[in-house]
Amino acid sequence: MALNTEYEFAVKIEKCCKYYGHIHALKEIDFEVGSNEVVGLIGDNGAGKSSLIKIITGVYPPTSGNFYIKGKKIDPRSFSVKQAQNMGIATVYQDRSLAEKQDLWRNFFIGRQITNAFGFINVKKEKAIAKEILLNTIGFRGVGITVDSKVSTLSGGERQGIAIGRAMYFDSDLIILDEPTVALSLKEIKKVINFVEKIKENNKASIFISHNIADVYSVSDRFVVLDRGEVVGNIPKSDISLKDLNTFLLDYAHRLKDEDK
Amino acid sequence: MTEIKKHPFTQIYSNIKKFKALPVMGVYLILITVFIILSPKVFTRPFIYMSFLQTIPPQLVLALGLTLIITAGEIDLSFSAVIAFSGFLFSFIYKNFGENDFAALMGIVAALGGGAFVGYINGLLVARLKVPSIMATLAAQFFWNGLTVLLCGGLSLNIKSIRGTFFHSLFVGRLFDLIPVQAFWAIGLTVFLWFILNRHRFGEALMFIGDNPEVARVMGVNIENTKIKLFTLQGLLAGFAALLLTLEMINFWSNQGSGYLLPVMAAVFIGGTSIAGGEGIMVGTFFGAFIIGSLEAGVVATGIGGYWVRLTTGLVMAGSIILNNVLKNEKISFKDFFRKSVFTKGLNKGK
Ligand SMILES: Nc1ncnc2c1ncn2[C@@H]1O[C@H](COP(=O)(O)OP(=O)(O)OP(=O)(O)O)[C@@H](O)[C@H]1O
Ligand SMILES: [Mg+2]
Repeated sequence: MALNTEYEFAVKIEKCCKYYGHIHALKEIDFEVGSNEVVGLIGDNGAGKSSLIKIITGVYPPTSGNFYIKGKKIDPRSFSVKQAQNMGIATVYQDRSLAEKQDLWRNFFIGRQITNAFGFINVKKEKAIAKEILLNTIGFRGVGITVDSKVSTLSGGERQGIAIGRAMYFDSDLIILDEPTVALSLKEIKKVINFVEKIKENNKASIFISHNIADVYSVSDRFVVLDRGEVVGNIPKSDISLKDLNTFLLDYAHRLKDEDK
Repeated sequence: MTEIKKHPFTQIYSNIKKFKALPVMGVYLILITVFIILSPKVFTRPFIYMSFLQTIPPQLVLALGLTLIITAGEIDLSFSAVIAFSGFLFSFIYKNFGENDFAALMGIVAALGGGAFVGYINGLLVARLKVPSIMATLAAQFFWNGLTVLLCGGLSLNIKSIRGTFFHSLFVGRLFDLIPVQAFWAIGLTVFLWFILNRHRFGEALMFIGDNPEVARVMGVNIENTKIKLFTLQGLLAGFAALLLTLEMINFWSNQGSGYLLPVMAAVFIGGTSIAGGEGIMVGTFFGAFIIGSLEAGVVATGIGGYWVRLTTGLVMAGSIILNNVLKNEKISFKDFFRKSVFTKGLNKGK
């Protein structure tokens, strides 16, 4: 497939800082994702992975730094979740993607409902599209799940499937997966990994976050390692084997321990 | 994967369960049946039902708004103060600007605007300053009630001259000299707000916010604006309820509405809406308001005496809530209540 020529980077961040009150969660981060690249984001609990993602998706503004999406400079003060969505950024969060008590079809369309001029929802159309996503995009057949099912009746793997299908349907250019494989069986993890490969086939970009280094390794083109708010590693897959990546991370962790002493 | 074939009974059962107002409708039916049996003279004639249609609408309108609030995981304790505040605004303006249709119109605008303003301030406190709504609206309840008492000097205002005028007939007249017009307003609002909650983008936002605000936020719901709109709407509805009450009574008194808080909440809960948030059952609230509104008149009419009203209300409310909860949650059954607990465990130890 031809490379996307419209823009070089799906997202590019320069010297980005993020404070939560006194907590310095991100320290002068430089980070970019190519237009057709899967970046694996690695780091311990509290390293700042989710914070970085939340800036890109418009949940929180960065405290300082420059920020571009698809080559366009973003004004953090006016940037919002909605705007991020409109610019083709979708997120599959660890467990914050679906609302439990709501019907599946509502979960597909929340935030971008199909409505008439007065804001009333076109239920028929939304349900038809939701059904289409359910059957064809995700391939949920004959498991007793319909668009009227409540999310609370779904297994964890099924929920990720729904969230991923939603992102796929809405044709996002950058799909962010924040620990999408947590608490999934091996079989379900494979499904998720297959999906990430589809993102690449479709010339789209992705950020993949997981504590499972083997999963990250198998899907990513490049690895970015975060530690306590700083980028401490930026390694293309071609430069490193899974074994070496593991060694790098272990060594790094040991070095930290020694420093603490 | 194979599809699990459900037993036909299970299928019917799960379809019925989708219609969430069914339990409360059943409770209402039973209640009316009991009243008819105990007091056939009163309950087989239209008069008592007409009096229900006259007294219940203000509480129903409040309960509909409160259903939206609770769906979003919030609470409002200030609406009873709006009943007094908006009632005062209306009566005062009507009396002081000539007691004519124009004065009435200005009074109506002031009552609705005043109610919306109270709600808007609540919304700002909750959405912007992140004050928990139970605290913000409790303070509001004292403040607006206190302000009303100060403004009216504790006196009541008689607006008898409004009887029979255009606006009086429009809101609380009698259709065919029989059916209270306020009932149509209340039913119309029930239908309208059902659509807002279940078919409008705003209502869907309320459900998601009450269910999981984090999901709502990452999916692009503007939580702040939605909450401000929500509380403003609730204030507006309370202002409207105040108009219905004041016009029906053709009188304003400074503590009007003060007894509404608990019955209105009870109506919402009897209807099956849970304080947990995330879903609201408008049709349930409708019947819940009728249950609450019928109990007092009903119990008195049956001749067992007014002392029994509260106890009966408590029983009906507990029954409805338990029924809803057990039907909603497959993991809970009535038997669980009688399982051995920390206090009864020892009773069987002897053997
Ligand atoms: N909303 C918030 N308010 C205050 N502090 C926060 C907030 N969100 C994150 N933090 C803090 O910022 C730091 C980075 O957190 P973040 O959630 O980005 O880490 P993470 O890499 O995603 O961790 P994990 O692997 O556990 O998900 C932590 O110290 C965390 O406690
Ligand atoms: Mg995280």
